[in-house]
Amino acid sequence: MKQSDNKETGSTSPVSLNQRAEDNLRFIRDTMEGASVFTGVSGMGYMGAGLSALPAAWLAAQQTSDAAWIMVWMLELVIATAIAFSLLLRKTARQGKSVLNASGRKLLLAFLPTMAVGALLTLSYFLQGRVSLLPGIWLGLYGAAVMTAGVWSVRAIPVMGALFMMLAAGVLLAAVPADLMLALGFGGLHIIFGFWIWRYHGG
Amino acid sequence: MAASRKISSTGSAQAEPVVNKAAAPARARNNGDLDQLIHERSRLGLVSALASHKSMSFTELKALLQISDGNLSTHARKLEEAGYIECSKGFDGRMPRTEYRLSPSGRKALNKYIAHMEALIAAMKK
Repeated sequence: MKQSDNKETGSTSPVSLNQRAEDNLRFIRDTMEGASVFTGVSGMGYMGAGLSALPAAWLAAQQTSDAAWIMVWMLELVIATAIAFSLLLRKTARQGKSVLNASGRKLLLAFLPTMAVGALLTLSYFLQGRVSLLPGIWLGLYGAAVMTAGVWSVRAIPVMGALFMMLAAGVLLAAVPADLMLALGFGGLHIIFGFWIWRYHGG
Repeated sequence: MAASRKISSTGSAQAEPVVNKAAAPARARNNGDLDQLIHERSRLGLVSALASHKSMSFTELKALLQISDGNLSTHARKLEEAGYIECSKGFDGRMPRTEYRLSPSGRKALNKYIAHMEALIAAMKK
């Protein structure tokens, strides 16, 4: 939160006085906006989602058919979403807020369109039998969604989104095991950044 | 470290005498219309942040305002002594947690401060 000097409002020229008053009002508005988005995510939720992704990655790697593989990850999506959302609800309730306050709606609206495209591509690629491209697409689109939504949240969120996109590049451009990268992303990154948010941003 | 340097460089965290509970509101009122207690930039940030939340924790406020533990404690104590904010201490699991919330008089003071700033701007435009 950028702060500037405002000690001597009463001893300056009229123009400067006007500017300082405007600067003070802008500071109040910026601070309120910053505060309103500050607790829009749950670190515990991210950690829970990350922990659930690790066994899912192991289980998915054991599957021999595309349908079974994709079923494992879809199930993991449901479990991780349920964990993250319930812990977010708990956090917002503890703070006496609603998850659908102005900042929550902003986060959701920034996040959902990209995820909807991900769902569409998943269905389409699965029907075409091009499942091997899905891990890169999931990591990339999730990273893009997190980066976009992260504009209205703590700084760690867009950083996490960027790292997801780097993992996507690894899967799409290099011959690295897809389930390993999914485990690193949906498991590792969620746990690390979730811990950071839990420790430094209110739970 | 960087955060504390940031505040110091703005000059907004200048040393001030310790204000006792009874004296603080009086000082705020006696200095013309401008409430000097929340005019100071860190305290203005604190009050503004709390105005948009039911409550915020010490950690959240520290990260949002980018000020050191010591500065935040000092400014929060002054606002608390003036009756502008309320502080409650508890535990989140095994972690100690300090929560701050804006009191009705703190909200009134902030509204009055905003009105004062708007009046200044309006007067200058005439």
